[in-house]
Order: sequence, then C-alpha cells, then structure tokens
Amino acid sequence: MRVAPSTVFVALLLVAFAALPVYTVSFEQPFYLALVRRIMILAIAALGLNLIMGYGGLISMGHAAFIGIGGYTVGILAHHDVTSAGIQWPLALAFAAAVALVFGLISLRTRGVYFIMITLALAQMMFFLGVSLEAYGGDDGLPVLSRSDFGGAIDLGDDVTFYYFVYALLLACFWLMSRLVNSRFGMVIRGIRSNEARMQAIGFATLRYQLTAFVLAGMMAGLAGALLANHTDFINPEMAHWTRSAELLVMVLLGGMGSIAGPIVGAAALLLLEELLAGITEYWALILGPIMIVIVLFARNGLLGMIDRWSGRDG
Amino acid sequence: MAEPMMEVRGLRKSFGGVVATDNLDLDVNAGEIHAVIGPNGAGKTTLIGQLSGVLTADSGTIRFDGRDITRLPAYARSRRGLARSFQITSIFHEFTALDNVALAVQAHDGHSFHFFRNARREERLRAPAREALARVGLAARADTIARHMSHGEHRQLEIAMALATEPRMLLLDEPMAGMGPDESQRMVEILHGLKGRHTILLIEHDMDAVFALADCITVLVYGRAIATGTADEIRANEDVRIAYLGADEAV
Amino acid sequence: MRGRTAPPLSPVGKPGVAMVDPSLLFEQLLNGVQLGILLFLLASGLTLVFGIMDLMNLAHGSLYMIGAYVAAKVTILANSFLLGVAVALPATLLLGVALELLVFRRLYARGHLDQVLATFGMILFFNELVRLIWGPAGVSVPLPEILRGHIDLFGLPYPTYRVLVILVGLGVAAFLYWLVVKTRVGMLIRAGASRREMVGALGVDVARLFTIVFGIGAALAALAGVMAGPIFSVTVGMGESVLILTLVVIVVGGIGSIRGAFVGALLIGVTETMGRAFLSEIFLLFMSRDGANTAGPAVASMLVYIIMAVVLVFRPQGLFPARTG
Repeated sequence: MRVAPSTVFVALLLVAFAALPVYTVSFEQPFYLALVRRIMILAIAALGLNLIMGYGGLISMGHAAFIGIGGYTVGILAHHDVTSAGIQWPLALAFAAAVALVFGLISLRTRGVYFIMITLALAQMMFFLGVSLEAYGGDDGLPVLSRSDFGGAIDLGDDVTFYYFVYALLLACFWLMSRLVNSRFGMVIRGIRSNEARMQAIGFATLRYQLTAFVLAGMMAGLAGALLANHTDFINPEMAHWTRSAELLVMVLLGGMGSIAGPIVGAAALLLLEELLAGITEYWALILGPIMIVIVLFARNGLLGMIDRWSGRDG
Repeated sequence: MAEPMMEVRGLRKSFGGVVATDNLDLDVNAGEIHAVIGPNGAGKTTLIGQLSGVLTADSGTIRFDGRDITRLPAYARSRRGLARSFQITSIFHEFTALDNVALAVQAHDGHSFHFFRNARREERLRAPAREALARVGLAARADTIARHMSHGEHRQLEIAMALATEPRMLLLDEPMAGMGPDESQRMVEILHGLKGRHTILLIEHDMDAVFALADCITVLVYGRAIATGTADEIRANEDVRIAYLGADEAV
Repeated sequence: MRGRTAPPLSPVGKPGVAMVDPSLLFEQLLNGVQLGILLFLLASGLTLVFGIMDLMNLAHGSLYMIGAYVAAKVTILANSFLLGVAVALPATLLLGVALELLVFRRLYARGHLDQVLATFGMILFFNELVRLIWGPAGVSVPLPEILRGHIDLFGLPYPTYRVLVILVGLGVAAFLYWLVVKTRVGMLIRAGASRREMVGALGVDVARLFTIVFGIGAALAALAGVMAGPIFSVTVGMGESVLILTLVVIVVGGIGSIRGAFVGALLIGVTETMGRAFLSEIFLLFMSRDGANTAGPAVASMLVYIIMAVVLVFRPQGLFPARTG
C-alpha cells in the first residue's frame, strides 16, 4: 500500500517533535522547547475543533472559551492552594464539558451564519466573565504560582518532562481522533455535515450526536487550557478571546481540513509563521493578515493538500 | 378487515395564504402500492413532507402501523419503519454508494455511540448494505463515489437507502424523476419486485408506471383528494378526467 | 489583535450608593438608547449583508474603526469637526466599496468558514495598519463649541452631542425605512433578504445589488464610527468590541431584518448600559456588599448574552426574521 506524502510528512513532524528536547538541551535553547510545547498544546485544542468543524461542518467561533475554562479552573484552584492534578484536571474537563453542553444546546438549534455568531457571542461572554472577576485579576489575569501536582509521578516543573507529557497527550488525542473519524460515531458526524436532512430521514437523531461531538471537542480544548495554564504559569481572559478562536480555525484550515493530522501541521505552521514574521517586523500582523486571505482564497486543502498535490498524488 | 398500515385523517397544511393540504383523508393498506397523482402544485411533496415528519401539519392525524405518529419527528418515524426517498436526490455525495447505504443500515442498528471500531469493516453494516444495492441493481457500483454516479443511479441509490432501513412502509417521492425510458423501465421492475413485501405510497407523474404498478390511486388537486380507487375506476372517473388527465383519452 | 478588548462603553455604577437617583436612571436610559442607536447603525448594514449575500463579514468593525480614526484625525488637523465628518464618510465608503470589488466578490461563493477567516485576516491587517499609521495610543476627538454643552431634557441636563447622535440615528432609521419600503432598490433588498435565489432569477444585476448593499452597510458603519468617536475612545480594536454586540443584536433581531435590527439594538443597548450601571445596586438589595460587587459586574457582563440565549430558545430565527423560507 503506497503511503501518501502527507502521511510521511506528518510522521516526520512527530518524530521531530520527539527529538527536539535533545537539541534544545544540548544547545541550551529553551525558547524552542517552550515554543513547540505551546504548538502541541494548541494542536490538542485544534484537533477537537477539527472534529466538529472539519468533519462535522460546524464552524465554531467560540472554541477558545473552553481553553479559558480549563485554564481558569486550574489557575483558580491553584490560587486557593489546591494544586493536586487529581482534583484540578478532572474539574477542568468537567467544567469544559458542562459549558460545552449548555452552549451546544443553545447554538445547535441554529445553522449557518447564526451558528457562527452565537458561538462567537457565547465565547465572548466567557471572556467578559473572566474580565469581571476582579478577585482573579480581572483583565490583568492571575499568575499560577505552582504547577499541577501529579504526586511525583510527573514533575511539570521540569521543562523536558512537561514537554514529553504534552507530547504523549497529543499522540493520545491524535490516536483518538483517528479512531473516531472512521467509527460509527464519526460516520454519523460526517454524514450530518454532508446532508443533515437525509440523516434524519434515515433515522438518526442528529442533535445528540452533534452535541456529543461538541462536548468532546470542548473537553479537548479544556485539557489544552489546563496545560496552557501550567505552560505559561499564568491565566488571563485573553485565553478565551474570540481572536484565539479564530486562530484555531486558521490552524485547522492551514493544516488541511480533510485530514486528521491537519490541526497539528496547522498549529506548527501558524505559530512558526508568527515567530518568523515577528522577527522581521514589529508590525507582523500587517503581513499575516493578507497571507491569511491569500491562503483562504487559493490554498483550499491546506498544507497537507498542497504536499500531496505537488508530489503528483491528490489527497 | 385489518387496520390500514397508514391512516390519514383531516390533514391540513397552509403556507401563509396558500392551502397546500386541504382536509385530506387517505388509507394505505398493508402490502399495497398506493399511488398519489395530481398536477404540479397539487401538494404532493408537501404531503410526503408531513407524512415523513419533515413538515408539521396544522391539523389532522396520521396513524402508522397502529400508532399515532402525528407529533413524531422525522428520525423517530424512520425508526418505526417509515422510510422515505426524495424527489430531488438527497444522498451523501462524497461517500461511496456502499457507504451511503451502510449509513442507512447503521441508523437502524442500535445507537451509534461507538468511537473506536472502523465502521467500514463492520460486516453487520456492510452485508445488508450490499444486499440492498443488489436489489436495486447497483451491486457493481458499490465502491463508486456517489458524486461520480449518473442521475439514474442516484435515483436507484435513493431506493436502496430507503430499503436498507428495513421499512414497513416506503414513501417514494417521484422515484423516476428525470429518468429516460430505459431507466424508468428498470425502476418499474425494481418497484414491482417490492410489491407485497413492502407497503408503498408512491408519488409519480409517469402515468404508465402508475397504472402498471398501483393497486390503488388517489388523485390530488389543490391539496384535496378528488378521487380514490383502482386504476380502472380512476381512468373512468369524470372529475379526474377534467381536472388532471385532460382531454387526452389515450391513457 | 493582541490587545484585549475592554468591556465597552458604559460608565461603571457606583457601588455603595444604596438608592438609585431617578435622574441617574434617566441619564443611563438615554445613554442606553444612544448606544442602541449606534448599534442599530452597525447592525442594519451588517444584517442586510448577512441576509442578502449570506456573507459572514467580521471586518465590519474595521470600517467603523477607520471611520472613527479618519474623522478624528481630520478634525484635529483641520480644527473642524464638520470637515472631519465630511472627509471620513466618503473615504470609508470608498474603502468599503473597494474591498467589496476586490475581495468580497470572490468570497460570496465560498463557504462561511472562508469568509470568517478572510475577514479575520482583514481585521488583523487593518488594526495593524492603523497602529502603524497613527500609533497605538488612542485618540480623543475635540468637539466644536456648540456641541459641547448640555440640553435640558425634563429637568435633566444631558450632553448636547449625545442628543444629536440619537436624533441622527432616528433620522437614519426613518431614511432606511423609506428606502426599504418605498423604493425599488428597497424592494429588491427585501426580496433578496427573504428569497435570495429569486432575485437573480428575476434578471436583476445581482453583482451590482450586492455592491450597493455592501456600500450602504459601509456608509452606516462609517457614520457610526464618526459619531462614536467623541463619546468613546478611538482606539485600535474598537471595532471588535462593538462587533460582538452588533452580532448579538442581529441574532436577537433576525438576520436580514432592519426592523429587527432596530428593536434588537435598542434592547441590547439599554440592557447593556443599564445592566452595567445598576445591577450591582440591585444585587445590593439582597446580597452583601462584597457579593454584589462580585456578582454585579459578572452578571452584567453576561446579561446581553443571556438575553440572546433566551430569545434563541423561543425563536431561533430571531424576533423579526426576514427569511420566510
């Protein structure tokens, strides 16, 4: 069975991620360790978004809200000296899931432009909620003074250990998505995207499946939020801002929407591009903006699609 | 006599000022092919919409297989055994024909909260799907992506998907829409093969097909049933002649 | 884009004041109406674009921002508010039409995701462009003498300028009503909002209609920006904070409906303003000071979204949906 070039690319990327700490430790470049760790964390959130958007056709402009919820759960608990991961993390996931359930129930009554706007508005509501929480820093945010405590099993205080912990989680989420997409559940989600009316006509109660996917994606973003709070040692409402949600959308599109690994590639591409541009000019958004427009207009299948096309084999 | 498979009483539906279904009564007996014919705009697709659950009737009742389904949403009616095909092809274009039908099988095989097994490797789903495709003559096209199939094949796929849900009754909305004479003939054969095993409500414009297949015909004009009976009775009916068949005696 | 957007617009209520002064109530009510008017200007143009072109345009706020900036800068340079307005409106309108012809035309046929991302790219670009040209610090717009005073309304002194904003807004609402109900273009707009496919089938130059509709939206956004300048601060990112509220207005009012935009805008504007001003007070009636000071701003910041959610539960298509099909 011939392997697509895009698959090879993804495999190489994951190997590179695994090998990176060797380089950064040897050459004392902790910056790149942190950068790629951040890429992987956001990739986890983007994987969830890809499920509901890439495969489900639901354009959620509020995904970052769940990152915020996950992060704030961890940060607030840490603030109150509850640092055990066994308490923080299940709660972070539970809150993210609960809010995703409520948001999903409200938004999934609508479609198209309405759906986009409602997810945007609901997420922004979370942002404003965070800003209004004066006790937790308001819009300045709150430092996270101690990282989640896994009781000696995993020391998040050690950068490299933390890095591999994130890597393991990323692989786990990636594996989960790859199973999901071709499972019965995945077929339903994809079918709904293809033709919702027909799905109902053949007997699927579509709402419960979309809601489940929405909650699952929300939980993955919540997980990313918990990781992010530890990664930056800081929480602020910015984590939930709608522009962050838009960035996640860009990651999914940039990597390639029809593929499971797209979000990982997209996260890497976007963050690396931002770093590159920031190194060139202070006004890097001036270049990034038009680049985004060009990508949207001309590179339909994202980077992975382009790789397959260039090598003469369409994805 | 046994209760009809489907019993419609006093069905009404208006859109703004336009009455699409006007106090309609209809019975479909088990095992029969009941055709609904009528000029364009008579409200045939609106009727199927209400029967399948996509549209909510303003008033009236629909009983299916002994139970009141008037308030039931579309997916629930499908699960009770009421399948529907669409006039304008409504399939999953990016999936193969087999995938399309397998989804229909899946919808009736318990719940779909299975997250790990590859659905395309489940013989439980694939085998009945292949069977349904064979029944409509699409066995050879199982692995073709739906988008690449011809219009006639799409119409066949529509039927296969409806059959795959192992329905008690089929609502077929113009299965022969847009088909040439050869394809139509094939479709008539397929439908003839379903006779007896399934109860069918058939909406069609193709009069040859209707008179060849139907055990019972209802004529719908402006949302009202103006006549119901066998093919001969309908052909002989004055009102029907005037309203629908027109001056064309060669029927 | 990196700068966080502060909760917009209203002055914070004073915690600790147990009784609510009726004149304060009236003042906040008028402020709410005025916010509603601005939201209406933005929402009416945007809802038409959503309804007729099915285009998800996030960059609407950017036009608002640019209108505000150009007006502010010309006013300061030329020492004339009138000139500021006179230059900003056509300039922004021209920019809007140019964007429509160059970029948006290609986006109509694309899906919503493409539109969201492309317009997001525009936001990044324009925010950075403005920051580059005029610096990161905000601009305050000096008002001419006549508009700096107060007018006596039922015994309450209310800023003249804000009254002007309300009057202009109502005037525009009346104009839009006339345009949509009484003119041929308006008829096409209404037809387009409820049955998009038909308009093309009727032989209408759809491309031109789209440009006109987009232009109307851009002009209204520019007007809103110009008028908002002296009241709220003119800063980079001002477009986004108001965009969210605008979207809430459209969801509540119904896509494609100007009437919905009007009712929704006033509802949201008044709720947002009065909620932020008085919710802490109200909570003080049955909560401790600390509780009210925490819960008050928190709930106030969520109030309009809660309203949106409630409307959606009962009417997912909004209060006055234009789409009949």
